[in-house]
Amino acid sequence: MIAAIAIALTVNGEPVTAEVKPRLNLADFLRDDLGLTGTHVGCEHGVCGACTVRLDGAIVRACLTLAVQADGSAVETIEGLSDSGEIADLQNAFRDRNALQCGYCTPGMLITAQDLLRQKPQPDRAEIREHLAGNYCRCTGYHAIIDAVESTARARTERAT
Amino acid sequence: MTASDERQVLSVLDRPNSYIGKSVPRPNLDRLMQGRGQYVSDIVLPRMAHVVFVRSPHAHARIAALDGTAAKAMPGVIAVVTGRELAGVVSPWVGVLSHLKGLKSAPQHAIAVDRACWQGEAVAAVVASSRALAEDAAEMVAVTYEELPVVTDMRTALDPETSVIHPELGDNLAFERNLDAGAVDQAFAEADEVVEAEFVFGRHTGVTLEARAVVADWNAGEARLTIYQGTQAPHMVQNIAARHLGLTEAQVRVVCKDVGGSFGIKVHIYADEMATYGLAKMLRRPVKFVADRVESFNTDIHARDHVCKGRIAVNRDGAIKAFAIDDLTAIGPYSMYPRTSAIEANQVVNLVGGPYATPNYRARARVVFQNKNVTCQYRAVGHPIACSVTEGLVDLAAQRIGMDPVAIRRRNLIRDDAYPCASPSGLRFEALSHHAALDRILAMMDYEGLRAEQTRLRQQGIHRGIGLASFIEVTNPGAAFYGVGGARISSQDGVTVRLDASGAVIAHTSITEQGQGSESLTAQIVGSVLGVSMDRVRVVLGDTDATPYGGGTWASRGAGIGGEAALQSAKVLRDNILVVAAAILQARPGDLDIVDNAVVDATSGERRIELNELARVVYFRPDTLPPGLQPELVATRHFVPRDYPFAFTNGIQAAWIEVDTATGFIKLLRHWVVEDCGTLINPQLVDEQIRGGVVQGLGAALFEHCIYDERGQLTNANMADYLVPMAGEMPDIDVGHVVSPTLESELGAKGAGEAGTAGAAAAVANAVNDALASFGVTITEIPLTPRLVLSALGQI
Repeated sequence: MIAAIAIALTVNGEPVTAEVKPRLNLADFLRDDLGLTGTHVGCEHGVCGACTVRLDGAIVRACLTLAVQADGSAVETIEGLSDSGEIADLQNAFRDRNALQCGYCTPGMLITAQDLLRQKPQPDRAEIREHLAGNYCRCTGYHAIIDAVESTARARTERAT
Repeated sequence: MTASDERQVLSVLDRPNSYIGKSVPRPNLDRLMQGRGQYVSDIVLPRMAHVVFVRSPHAHARIAALDGTAAKAMPGVIAVVTGRELAGVVSPWVGVLSHLKGLKSAPQHAIAVDRACWQGEAVAAVVASSRALAEDAAEMVAVTYEELPVVTDMRTALDPETSVIHPELGDNLAFERNLDAGAVDQAFAEADEVVEAEFVFGRHTGVTLEARAVVADWNAGEARLTIYQGTQAPHMVQNIAARHLGLTEAQVRVVCKDVGGSFGIKVHIYADEMATYGLAKMLRRPVKFVADRVESFNTDIHARDHVCKGRIAVNRDGAIKAFAIDDLTAIGPYSMYPRTSAIEANQVVNLVGGPYATPNYRARARVVFQNKNVTCQYRAVGHPIACSVTEGLVDLAAQRIGMDPVAIRRRNLIRDDAYPCASPSGLRFEALSHHAALDRILAMMDYEGLRAEQTRLRQQGIHRGIGLASFIEVTNPGAAFYGVGGARISSQDGVTVRLDASGAVIAHTSITEQGQGSESLTAQIVGSVLGVSMDRVRVVLGDTDATPYGGGTWASRGAGIGGEAALQSAKVLRDNILVVAAAILQARPGDLDIVDNAVVDATSGERRIELNELARVVYFRPDTLPPGLQPELVATRHFVPRDYPFAFTNGIQAAWIEVDTATGFIKLLRHWVVEDCGTLINPQLVDEQIRGGVVQGLGAALFEHCIYDERGQLTNANMADYLVPMAGEMPDIDVGHVVSPTLESELGAKGAGEAGTAGAAAAVANAVNDALASFGVTITEIPLTPRLVLSALGQI
């Protein structure tokens, strides 16, 4: 078996060093090695979006990213984005609009929605739907999620002006 | 005074600061949004091992040889276990129920013994210190298969020349039901027009975003098995695990924490889960099984897969005189355990024609075995088929006699003042509101305006269609579903509610939470009845050691049954609190009330004693209470509907779609639903149940399909090839309500979980046929793929 490789990265701002097998994906590394179980594994082949995390500021599928690829990078997960308060308003909007049911897709959905709002502060509903199209939700039918993202965008824009 | 007026006056829910009917946020959402939920796949226990299953690549094969020697030598491997070895720990089962007369199936093992009957059936288990190492070793298990003839076409499954999957059963027919009500032959003979069509429904599945997972922990020191599983029915799992592992129910505890989607997928007993329980007992340590996505597609129950021939008799004045169906459905090689695989066909027979006042109805349903994955109850069991057949036939009849789809429905839907009444299949309806729902949806969608827009766009070569689908929905099932057939699946639920020393309330309920809002509705009801704010009510569910015994959350029963148990238990606790308060305050209980966490004077509203102060006295200074008064600040009540076997709800859906006749693509523009689930405990949660259900129905209508080849190979067992609805292609969905509370409970709530899925595909199919009417094209098959549309148009 191929030997483990040493990696050093930051996860939610904290420095992490580890010895990982080359085949270990980032989702399993976060969940099993670091105990960050908020990153969910839905399909393990890069389709459903439940494992979405931020890698050096861009969203990636943690199941399609190897842990060794994160060497030297900054990884942010739902735990980090929650603790920092960066997405508190988005989370409040999800809660008020009941934009989650089982909650399994929700961490990935929130991170992807925040990615959209950082790129485009005032998206219309079609643009929100398009950006979230890589994150599957089987419970809500999406309507409430679109509402929550739309209302967050509006509130942020109002606060900024 | 009408019954509903009387209810309003007398209801314990009609109180100051009631949460009933309010769209309050669900408790505990922050936990899920912060990634702090605890799903089964998150659970790690000391000494925990991981199991991976070796699965048959063939749809039907004899296991000629199985050699685990090389696998056992792999790093981290703890055990390699065959079906025969595990059969000594887990006894086999047969998925039949006595009230489904004639239903037959063969014994099924946790792991196949000698023979695999579908592609994906487990033939060996590999247990290792990690899932990755178990997967490595599973590849080293050498299995020699001898392929056997496969049964993969339901239309020929009963032919004499087709091989029989279980020879001891005699044929491939699992179940047949025939129904003949009224004067069907006469109605068809005398009707002005008879229209017939064959409706085809693809196999699909639930695709819960969290795959099935279980951690089974056998503690040899306690002789007790703890099962951590995302199940909808913990007490059912407790019973089945105990029965087949040779344990008493008291030796099995089932704990259900967060569940990543369910929809009926997680209400069954799966062979690989039973194997995991057995492996934990065999190896005397915790064993974890988490299905990967390919396994999910190959082993999570599938549903639908029906071919249903339908006929309708109609007069030129629009009167529908009769319905007749001949339904054929293909299940797997075994009827699923313990709920069986015959319920969906049975439901189709029950539900066809259900919204209409047509006394003449004949039905035959046949359920045949196949060498494909097992099928069983998935959201809205049977409803989408019954609704699509009924509403498809009604639209075809309307088209034949040149009547508007709205007009024919107005002419034939059961009148709103006709209740109580029964259907030809014997369903009893307490109070439905088809006409009110129809009126409401026409107003919401601006039917006349849409028709005008449709006509205008047609002149520009744009083909849009409107589709309507009325439906009835089975909710709040009593014992009629399973209990009468001998299954130990409880139809009653219980709630224990307790006032603690700080004045906070804990409610233990036997219903479960998979995101529908069970916690919320329990807290809303308990808070409202007790006069306690919701933030002081903590709800505990999903633990057979801790909650009352009950059925769980499935078949849209949580709110109506578990909610009523919550209401009744809170009423008792409230009375108990007021007895103590009266003693402390030297007042009469009847002169007191509880409002906003304090006992108040019922007339003036004056606050007399805070609940936390009352609790302090009860728990820490009982010496100050009058002699002989023993406070009971805990109460338990159970509930099961007894007057009606099911609480039927009704509703109607409408779809507005556009067909691109060059590509065959169907664009969903807007969707409307009006439904009547009785008392709305939390309107927002009801709306979201319906929207989510609609989108699952839309998935079936347009995308979702488990595609098997003629050898029984599932060809699209991954999320890239099995299409589910994505945000970009789903429409906004408008939801409206009519409210006809059931009088069987004080709460008056019926279910709402199936409604969306029940009618969505029918509405879309009718809309597509409406859009294509000018081409003389009718499509009666789902999923409505571009290929199907283009074929129908003669373009390919």
